[in-house]
Amino acid sequence: MKKTLRILALLVVLATVATWLATGADRGWTKTSKDVKTLDEVTGIEGITHKPTFIAGVDFLTLGFGGAAALFGSSFFFRKPNTKNNQTNQTNN
Amino acid sequence: MKLTHIIPLVSLATAVYAAPQSFDFKDPKGVNNAVFKLDAPLESINGSASGISGTVSFDPENPAATTGKIVVAAESLTVPNPMQKEHLHGANWLEVTKYPEITFEAKSLANVKTDAGVTTADATGTFTLHGVSKEITVPIKLTYLKDKLGSRVPNLKGDLLVIRANFNINREDFNIQKGQYEDKVSPTIDLSLSIAGASVAK
Repeated sequence: MKKTLRILALLVVLATVATWLATGADRGWTKTSKDVKTLDEVTGIEGITHKPTFIAGVDFLTLGFGGAAALFGSSFFFRKPNTKNNQTNQTNN
Repeated sequence: MKLTHIIPLVSLATAVYAAPQSFDFKDPKGVNNAVFKLDAPLESINGSASGISGTVSFDPENPAATTGKIVVAAESLTVPNPMQKEHLHGANWLEVTKYPEITFEAKSLANVKTDAGVTTADATGTFTLHGVSKEITVPIKLTYLKDKLGSRVPNLKGDLLVIRANFNINREDFNIQKGQYEDKVSPTIDLSLSIAGASVAK
């Protein structure tokens, strides 16, 4: 269990960083839309439309690292299986 | 024809010619927008609003007489971060359900300069936000585009009026988190308006 939790924590960190990099490594807040500007040639006004896009920000990184830290921390509550004691017990029997 | 008959006819003709046109700012193409920006430590909060309506009375022969009211639907204000948008619309910030409209009613123009259909002026009027009304003066640019409505909206004839304005307000003047979060969100809000209105020829 201990090992599983630690591997899971590592996977969460890797997935978080990979998502952040893949969506543009934005150093601002997480965004779920992106402004697309289109020029109206008659009036010269730039119209703004909102394209649904996920852009991971630093809050996403914080959440990911926090989750990974919690998983890693919880792994300390599980004891490592004591293989040496088991072997000694088997020999005595 | 007697002179006494001609004078009223000439007066009527002049009045018709000089009559101000009414421009409707509910844009069928949906490009009208108001952009706002607030400085913040990590990243400035940039958003926009598209729910714009209102009418402006504009006389190409006398731009100084321009008056009108522009309305922005508070619900249409949006920012790219969903949590920020929820806060912006919520009870602690704009309270959009309680105060659904942001308005500017222009009452007079000063420092009017017109050149080749482009007028610049300082518009004084009442700005209403979050239920608080305050008289402010904003620099505006009016561009009159005669007979250009058909280029945007087929089968319609008429004129266009483009209004641009860049100014800033203080959120505390409008009771928006007065004295709160000044280290997190700037009290100054930069506003930029780019809108086009249409006057259909009768």
